[in-house]
Amino acid sequence: MNADRPMVRIDDLWLSRGVNAILKGVSLTVARGSVTALLGPSGAGKSTLLRCVNALETYDRGLIHVDDLLIGCEKRGDQYFRLGERVLSRQRAEIGMVFQSFNLFPHMTVLENIIGAPIRVRGQGRAEAIAHARDLLRKVGLSEKEHAFPKQLSGGQQQRIAIARSLAMRPKLMLFDEPTSALDPHLVGEVLHVIRDLAKGGMTMMIVTHEVQFAREVADRVAVMVDGQIAECGPAAAVLSNPQDARVRAFLSRTLRPDA
Amino acid sequence: MSAQSAGAVILPRRQPSRWIGLPLIGVIIAWMIYQVLTNHGFQWTVVWHYLFEPTILVGVGMTLALTVLVMAIGIICGGVLALVRFSPGPMLPLCARAYIWFFRGTPVLVQLVFWYNLASLFPQISFGIPFGGPKLFAISATAAISSFTAALLGLGLNEAAYMAEIVRAGLLSVDRGQSEASKALGYRPAQTFRVVILPQAMRAIVPPTGNQIIGMLKYTSLASVVGLGELMQSVENIYASNFQTIPLLIVAALWYLLLVGLLSIAQSFIERYYAFGTTAGEGAR
Ligand SMILES: Nc1ncnc2c1ncn2[C@@H]1O[C@H](COP(=O)(O)OP(=O)(O)OP(=O)(O)O)[C@@H](O)[C@H]1O
Ligand SMILES: [Mg+2]
Repeated sequence: MNADRPMVRIDDLWLSRGVNAILKGVSLTVARGSVTALLGPSGAGKSTLLRCVNALETYDRGLIHVDDLLIGCEKRGDQYFRLGERVLSRQRAEIGMVFQSFNLFPHMTVLENIIGAPIRVRGQGRAEAIAHARDLLRKVGLSEKEHAFPKQLSGGQQQRIAIARSLAMRPKLMLFDEPTSALDPHLVGEVLHVIRDLAKGGMTMMIVTHEVQFAREVADRVAVMVDGQIAECGPAAAVLSNPQDARVRAFLSRTLRPDA
Repeated sequence: MSAQSAGAVILPRRQPSRWIGLPLIGVIIAWMIYQVLTNHGFQWTVVWHYLFEPTILVGVGMTLALTVLVMAIGIICGGVLALVRFSPGPMLPLCARAYIWFFRGTPVLVQLVFWYNLASLFPQISFGIPFGGPKLFAISATAAISSFTAALLGLGLNEAAYMAEIVRAGLLSVDRGQSEASKALGYRPAQTFRVVILPQAMRAIVPPTGNQIIGMLKYTSLASVVGLGELMQSVENIYASNFQTIPLLIVAALWYLLLVGLLSIAQSFIERYYAFGTTAGEGAR
């Protein structure tokens, strides 16, 4: 496989719900092993875009490729048709997603949360899945919590477990939707630390975040969404220090100095 | 370190107000026991004589069997109805809503008598091509609909409508994020339902279902209108001939109390099973 091929290629994506146009022609590529941060004001469509990449949302127009796999639809003749849920779940298995609200399964222990999908979806053996899970728990620094239930963990710990749970599927791509927004300020650091390690390990990631400082540090590229479109996209330093688009300038000055 | 901290031991709070009612309750209970033992209307010897009478035991058995079967029909059909209500497409959910509206909207007594008298509407129950086509299989309705099947259908189909709403409420009580996370991990739709949604929905489904079962235990007495020999019917048959109404009603009440007690114990065990990570045993916060 060609290493120059982007991991994610989004071409002219349109999506509306009722009369509201939510995505209006979004195009974006994410290179293999790179980190793209998605920034933008509330309601801009960042979560929706991320959910499209993971086939959790049906879009009206446009194409999404992840590693040459056409996401959410298939081509028959010269027309595209929405895929059925079973095929969609096979596509989703290749892509990890971490949510703002963790969404750990409360009726399972930490270990069961992590090994469930590798065993049930991938058909992995239990012993192998447990060994991998323990490995991941060590990486996120929570080895001693494998028998705890989610309710017994802090928010930061829950989010680290959620990341480990996604990684257990050995995804090609990780999507993060505001992974630290639901956390107390003193718990944000431990989660960002885990994501930073992933970036060093060469994981391809798309991260929706409000942590501009973190984006500047970890992201290779920054895309700023405004009102359903990508207003500006480029190398992190360039976009964050010297934005060209007026809407992006306005957004960044608001975010960097919230009280101004 | 903390073990040596000033040595203060914190005792539980004293709450004498909790005991204020004790003398009053004591007096009331004493009066009730006195009444029960001295009032000759209770006729404890008659109660004791009939408590294990074979016809009564047969009635208890029938009540239990009917409750179990009716609730099985109710839970299975109700579960299916709830799923149908969530299915895509306008037709199926609408049918489920119509079913629930109809069966909750008509008195169960009417439904019972209706099923029992089905023969007067459809003398023959047959299976084949409708609108006068050839029949593959036919049976006379009076033979097919005994009082037992009438009771089973009447109570079971009615119960399904109520159980459908209980199951639906349970499924709705599970946070949307749960199915999203499950899908994102690649779980197939059936796995998402079975592994992630249903176990969590059970927490909200079990207590009202226990309520329904206990209620059904007593609603089965309605089946006496179609001549089914369950507990109340057996009791009525006896006091109709010997006029010992109160003692025989006590016999029935004692049996119902025993069965309800057993069901309540079973329910609390099931609830504990589904109280993942929140019970004291697993170290609640
Ligand atoms: N099912 C829906 N029906 C109608 N409108 C919707 C629906 N889902 C989302 N929207 C709208 O789409 C827009 C984009 O939503 P989205 O959640 O993607 O924004 P976001 O950029 O992630 O915002 P935030 O930073 O607040 O998370 C919002 O204006 C929202 O109100
Ligand atoms: Mg969002």
